[in-house]
Amino acid sequence: MSQAEHDRNLAQRIRAHVVRMVHRAKASHVGTCFSMADLLAVLYGGVLRVDPARPDWEDRDRLVVSKGHGAAAVYAALAEVGFFPVSWLDTYCADGTRLAGHVTHHGVPGVEFSSGSLGHGLSLACGVALAGKRDGRPYRAFALLSDGECDEGSTWEAALFAPHHGLDNLVAVVDYNKIQSFGTVAAVLDLEPLAAKWRAFGWAVRELDGHDHRQIRDALAGVPFEPGRPGVLIAHTVKGKGVGFMEDKLEWHYRSPDAAQLAQALAELGCGA
Amino acid sequence: MRTAFVETLTALAERDERLWLLTADLGYSVLEQFAARLPGRYVNVGVAEQNLIGLAAGLARCGKVPFVYSIANFPTLRCLEQIRNDVCYHQGNVKVVAVGGGLAYGAQGYSHHGLEDLGVMRMLPGMTVVAPGDPVETRLATEALVGHAGPCYLRLGKANEPVLHATPPPFALGKAITVRQGFDVTVVSTGGMLQEALTAADRLHAEGLGVRVLSMHTLKPLDEAAVLCAARETGALVTAEEHSVTGGLGSAVADVLAQAGAPMPAFRKYGIPDRLHHHIGSQAYLRRVLAGDLAEAIRLVCPRRRLNCRAA
Repeated sequence: MSQAEHDRNLAQRIRAHVVRMVHRAKASHVGTCFSMADLLAVLYGGVLRVDPARPDWEDRDRLVVSKGHGAAAVYAALAEVGFFPVSWLDTYCADGTRLAGHVTHHGVPGVEFSSGSLGHGLSLACGVALAGKRDGRPYRAFALLSDGECDEGSTWEAALFAPHHGLDNLVAVVDYNKIQSFGTVAAVLDLEPLAAKWRAFGWAVRELDGHDHRQIRDALAGVPFEPGRPGVLIAHTVKGKGVGFMEDKLEWHYRSPDAAQLAQALAELGCGA
Repeated sequence: MRTAFVETLTALAERDERLWLLTADLGYSVLEQFAARLPGRYVNVGVAEQNLIGLAAGLARCGKVPFVYSIANFPTLRCLEQIRNDVCYHQGNVKVVAVGGGLAYGAQGYSHHGLEDLGVMRMLPGMTVVAPGDPVETRLATEALVGHAGPCYLRLGKANEPVLHATPPPFALGKAITVRQGFDVTVVSTGGMLQEALTAADRLHAEGLGVRVLSMHTLKPLDEAAVLCAARETGALVTAEEHSVTGGLGSAVADVLAQAGAPMPAFRKYGIPDRLHHHIGSQAYLRRVLAGDLAEAIRLVCPRRRLNCRAA
């Protein structure tokens, strides 16, 4: 199987898990999970230097998933690459589960930090990167951000910090799906020109199609993007990507698919129920 | 207290490579000694308290023990959610240090009055909350915090507080220090109120009252045994804190007394009333206008005083 096929298959399996989990739990956030699925597939499909058998390995790369509402996709990716059994996914959001609706680390191998309140993750990743830098360790820190959380002032506190301290072992990935809670990013609180903002803050910027595995893999193979600077990958994505009736639809930030919608979604994903 | 803190931390950090010091651009003329001796473990993050705490949580996940330093409410209330989620939920080994707790920056205005920090920090699960009574306790507390794995809040006064312990007392987190023995009434003091508690105890001693003074340097976990023992042996308690009377030491002690199932002692909370105020001025001025006279508060709960009043 080619790398591209491998990435595509992993992304589709993540999406299939997500839609089943969200259906079973009558949960939400399927749209955001789909927009980041390809990014996660490439990250866990070989970019991140992690070892599911040693989740606390000292020199592992650390991924901070700051957009905690994408939890279902994160758990699906971790289960697919072997951090814990796929059967755990059946417990998503259930009473007594470890797998909360927002990314939770406690008892979940592979999750570095819990999140769920937006705007926390880039600072955490800066701390990890700073420790690695000053200790001369080889690991990298990655932070996966939503576009909505670029509204948070704390995100920009961290954005100022990282270039000042030369954290070129840090990569922020912005899942820029252009939709936030109440509507389009452009309508709620416009981020444009987003690349220029990061560039002005001192980051090395890459922009690409966040559903094109080869582009993502090529970009993330070249960390640091520029020596001495943190990198930001602005991934242009589509909310709900992969299932036609969910794509670019605000409502799939909230809705839970019913049985018929689940079947249709799985069929579109090439993963029959 | 801030000098005692930074001297102790610097000395400890020279022997313990896990220790870092982070500031949000405050501590001018205080933190330089650490920065000069250990530049690789010192960071001034700029005026950005949310990032300060997030960074510290990230560092802690990599095995560091970051002390984060700022003044008044800035390292607690400004970044409360980062402390709750990123530090406490991960049981991060982060030590939050606030200089100028209470009314030390009284003339600087309401923004600089730290009157809710102890209560807010005390509510966070897993947080250890410490407010030493003098520079000696500050040194001992700083050492103890390094030895304690987990989130801690250290509330300090500012500068030039008097040394109240002639020799270092036995010190353990969660264990009150009996600074003055007495059997008529107990003052349970936290933080820099210790000096005022001792002064009041001296005055009342001259009136024939034996005042026990406890330095309750650790608000959480609270030394419940010391509180209950004082209630049993002296029958009257006053809590003394430079903090709102809601949520801090007074509330913590009241919780213990109310749930103990023992006879309730006479009890009074001395501190800052829980109402909006617009007073500006020195620490001593604000204590007087907002909290009143501690010795008088002690007289009001003292059973012997009440007996004397009835006899008269």
